[in-house]
Amino acid sequence: MNRRPQIALLADGKRLHLQDGPIDLIVEANGIEANVRAAYEAAARRFTGLLDELCAELTDLRSAADPVRTPLRGVVARRMHAAVAPFAADCFITPMAAVAGSVAEEILDTMLAVAPLDRAYVNNGGDIALHLAGREQFTVGLMDRPDAQGAMRTMTVEADDPIRGVATSGRHGRSFSLGIADAVTVLAKTASQADAAATVIANAVDLPGHPAVFRVPACELQPDSDLGDRLVTREVGTLTEHEIEEALEAGSCRARQLLASGLIEGAALRLLGEAVMVGAREIVTPHAVYKNAVRNLLQV
Amino acid sequence: MAMEVTATSGDKIRCDACPVMCYIKPGAAGACDRYANHDGQLVRVDPHIVLERTVEHGGRVVPFQAGGDWDGKIVRQPDVFVTAIGAGTTYPDYKPAPFIVSSEVDGVDMVTVVTEGIFSYCGVKVKIDTDRHLGPETATVRAQGEAVGHVTTGEYGSQMLSLGGVHHLTGGSKKEGRVTCDTLMDLSNCKPVELTIDGGATVIVQAGYPPVVNGVAEERMRVGCGSATIGMFAKQWHGKVDEVVVVDDHITGVLSEHQAGKLLDIPDTGIKMKGRRSTPGRYFQVAEPGTGWGGTNISDPLSVLGPFNAREARPGLTMLMVSTTGEHSGYYVLDEALRPIEAEMPPELRFSVERIQENCEPALCTVLFMGGAGGSLRAGVTDNPVRLTRSVKDALTRVTSGGAPVYVWPGGGITFMVDVTLMPAGAFGYVPTPALVAPIEFTMKLSDYAALGGHMDYVRPLSSLRDSAELRPMPYIPGRRA
Repeated sequence: MNRRPQIALLADGKRLHLQDGPIDLIVEANGIEANVRAAYEAAARRFTGLLDELCAELTDLRSAADPVRTPLRGVVARRMHAAVAPFAADCFITPMAAVAGSVAEEILDTMLAVAPLDRAYVNNGGDIALHLAGREQFTVGLMDRPDAQGAMRTMTVEADDPIRGVATSGRHGRSFSLGIADAVTVLAKTASQADAAATVIANAVDLPGHPAVFRVPACELQPDSDLGDRLVTREVGTLTEHEIEEALEAGSCRARQLLASGLIEGAALRLLGEAVMVGAREIVTPHAVYKNAVRNLLQV
Repeated sequence: MAMEVTATSGDKIRCDACPVMCYIKPGAAGACDRYANHDGQLVRVDPHIVLERTVEHGGRVVPFQAGGDWDGKIVRQPDVFVTAIGAGTTYPDYKPAPFIVSSEVDGVDMVTVVTEGIFSYCGVKVKIDTDRHLGPETATVRAQGEAVGHVTTGEYGSQMLSLGGVHHLTGGSKKEGRVTCDTLMDLSNCKPVELTIDGGATVIVQAGYPPVVNGVAEERMRVGCGSATIGMFAKQWHGKVDEVVVVDDHITGVLSEHQAGKLLDIPDTGIKMKGRRSTPGRYFQVAEPGTGWGGTNISDPLSVLGPFNAREARPGLTMLMVSTTGEHSGYYVLDEALRPIEAEMPPELRFSVERIQENCEPALCTVLFMGGAGGSLRAGVTDNPVRLTRSVKDALTRVTSGGAPVYVWPGGGITFMVDVTLMPAGAFGYVPTPALVAPIEFTMKLSDYAALGGHMDYVRPLSSLRDSAELRPMPYIPGRRA
């Protein structure tokens, strides 16, 4: 192997950064110092070679998933399949739809296997695996426009919530979307489930055949995309308020089905400045700048 | 950094940086967004961009270097001034992602010594240096078809727009509010915005840059109105030309009739102006407003003239016509029928036209953000909000926005205006209320702070910030940023 993953603490000395090829993880653990160190060391060990493990089965990972069977052998690969399998009967989906969440989950599980932690997360480019013990909680910020400053809403996940995974999918991300959603964020029991469901719901936020939506076969953009010649969204032009509502409703409808079948715990869907919550409303609050900000001071 | 390329297939290249072995098309990046195909060469693209993004999107508390002497009354600016930018935000940690575990929020809050205010009551005042007609006073100004403000007064050499305000932000349709909010934020962050004025022009406005009116970039402000231009240049024209008309949408000046011409004993020329005579040699409304000569709608300056009066005019009489910016000019000689015929301009008159141009300042758009600090914002600073207001009015507390000096309006509340070009890049954000998020800092003596009911428990020394906050060196310049 002529390459080594990047393994380093970030400038704050608290968070671990792991990067290899397209995988980019920000990891943070809270707990007794020795436990945090042991967890980070375990995470770094597990991370080394993980990409090669996945790439060994890349052809199968990029093929349409069967709802029941899979030829995949790797632990992470099988987790990816398990996450997309519930959707495979109804629509085209490949295990790649859950790759980010599944990797995050694997690293988090590895850390928890070696040491007890109060709180930890593995953030794989926005797909996040969470661990919360006791009375710990996580505040998750929802950005409306990544080019603007400030989180628009925050969601608080408590230790006694069943949520341990958060994932976001949409047309602006690194992977392509068949739908037009700017972002769909899903809360689920695991990161891999959240990842797969976010993909499926984001694909459902759509206005099929709408002239203002510009689509291109995925393979024209990335020759080896798992989506083949399926049309992926590149640009979304001006839509009327009614059309935005219609597209969001199509996505919410899918989200409500997944909520009813226990595949997700909640979702936030966003399109052109409009947002819809499914099942997550009670934990979502508008960002409280006043509460968090302030205390003026000045040192004299 | 170029990497070895292992295999190529058509115009695609295959990246061997990791076992994914992406095929990458020209101009595209691989699955990692780190390696790209640049003209058939595999190049690494991430380190610099990621760093920039981290800074651009990061916006942790951004202190910058400041200077200046202590006047003994207001607390001396510390060497490092801590701005409010990023003070109250959660943000992507390493790369932008819509959801981020905000474990660092607590850390950022603790270094928050200042606040970002959410301003529903806010807007921008835009000054556009142009004599071109942008639209009638009170006309609606639109962005993306939505009403975002209106044309207000014409000022000297410029047109003022008032954009935003609570009625456009929250009083209209959802889309109107959203577009207004985006417009205000982009203008405040010194980005270009296209505005269309009902019954008027389309203008691209960017703070610190010349306006682009109907696709044409404005270059210069006029040197003065047509009458003032006559007054300024009469002596320079004396003896070189018989008549000068300075075409101006506001006041068109005529040398031979103007007081300045009379003082130089310039004889009558029999010129007949259209429009309404104000005082001798000064004419209103010689044409309709527009984007042609001197802010009128004309492209042929002779159209503002009637026939010359045969009693005073004579064949061979010479005339210069020029706009108030010197941008348009023409030289004419009366023929036997006393009709002005365009001729080549003599060099000494060309020189005077260039002199007019030289005296015109560069035309710019300037944007002042205006907002009011509400009760809840002030409550973040002190238990007794009105004392903060009083303290500001008594000049015990200095208000800044992103470190830039502000003008605080007299009267109630803390309503301030700030030149957005003096603020650090990306200082403004928004919330979907919709409302703008702008930085605001209150600087005062610790003892004064205690006296006005400050949250003393939360005061921490600046030295403790240095480890955790980004330091961005930025000299304090009491002038323009760009």
